[in-house]
Amino acid sequence: MENLISESLTADLLIVVWTIVASVIFAIIAPIVGCLFAGIDRKISARMQGRVGPPILQPYYDFRKLMSKEKSATNGSEGTYLTFALIFVFIAGGVFIQGGNILLSIFIVTLASLLFIMAAYSSRSPYAEVGASREILQVMAYEPIIMLFGVGVYFVGQSFNVGDLFMLPQPIIIFLIPVFVCFVIALIVKFRKSPFDISMSHHAHQEIVRGMTTEMSGPNLAKVEIMHWSENFLFIGWILVFFISANPVSIIIGIIVAILVYLLMIWIDNNFARVKWQSCVKWLWILGLVVCGANFIVLMVL
Amino acid sequence: MEYIKKSPWVIHYDGSSCNGCDIEVLAALTPGFDAERFGVINTGNPKHADIFLVTGSVNEQNAPVIKQIYDQMLEPKVVAACGICACSGGIFSECYNVNGGVDSIIPVDVYVPGCAVRPESIIDAVVKATEVLEKKQKELKCSKQ
Repeated sequence: MENLISESLTADLLIVVWTIVASVIFAIIAPIVGCLFAGIDRKISARMQGRVGPPILQPYYDFRKLMSKEKSATNGSEGTYLTFALIFVFIAGGVFIQGGNILLSIFIVTLASLLFIMAAYSSRSPYAEVGASREILQVMAYEPIIMLFGVGVYFVGQSFNVGDLFMLPQPIIIFLIPVFVCFVIALIVKFRKSPFDISMSHHAHQEIVRGMTTEMSGPNLAKVEIMHWSENFLFIGWILVFFISANPVSIIIGIIVAILVYLLMIWIDNNFARVKWQSCVKWLWILGLVVCGANFIVLMVL
Repeated sequence: MEYIKKSPWVIHYDGSSCNGCDIEVLAALTPGFDAERFGVINTGNPKHADIFLVTGSVNEQNAPVIKQIYDQMLEPKVVAACGICACSGGIFSECYNVNGGVDSIIPVDVYVPGCAVRPESIIDAVVKATEVLEKKQKELKCSKQ
């Protein structure tokens, strides 16, 4: 009996250690790849608008500049919130690439976005507060779809563990095409792209200045950038869950589809105007409940 | 190398300009001139900006606004006065309600002539401003040590 307990304990400990190691690996890879994605995004956006555009490494230059700027914040807690938001994104990434529970990964990313909202609220700036309350509405809008993605994955794969899901005989996408479509639309919000960039936008002016990041500057803003790049990398990873199966060819297909989805995001970003938060919540909930619901009903009947 | 040189984010404020210079400032960001080639982003937020582009002359009404935007910007920062009105008050310098150029309230680093100022000269001003930024960054580092 004691032997059994100690064995399961060591197994659990091993998972914890692996998650920590994976988080560190994620913390190194995700910002680098995410930064390159952001640079490519800006270049392609510029070409779509008939401009030459900045160098691919422009986001990296921006990051280095922000780090070298004067340190200033409206209060001490803002930086703490942002640091922990960043750490939670890394842990969520670690849980995911370690092959852990996808639901846990989803929840930890949500926790990170809640901490980011707290950071925006803590500044007490009217613009940041409007941005933060819009961000809450955004989270409320996309969270059901992300959650239903987790449910759908379990429906098909009978497991929440990413490691098991990658070992299925067929890719999940075969059963979950409607959920995938909803998931991609929810990702527009997560990537902070038009038409759903209501809480803060990458682009110049908006009616609430820079929304959530209005009062964040210098190194604190750099943390927000890193967090955003890492999140994007993780979300692209989530797309792979739909495609990767035991067949090694599926990895290549998954990566190609993930890149295509990212290009689609850039195209959508450049072609749509921002919507009101009412439409954002309405559309995403209708999509989430009707389309994903229909998908699950069909799966249950079959 | 100072990365600030490669990523100058600007904020634009219209003092009491006739809008001629303002249109040209925004034109510098459009596809025709594409200032983003040099990493220029129009932030609209003093806390994110490195370069402060002011157009139009200064009067009693807008002096506190310009002062506040300047104070909210973080070091290192550079001010560029765009257009002759911002440089010296231009044809309005003798008016009873005009204080003069932007340098009457905040230190100006780059003066951009023209009425209205050309988008090419604005891009040139931003490139000049990045050199000033780099110098200021180095001075800041020296003073810290």
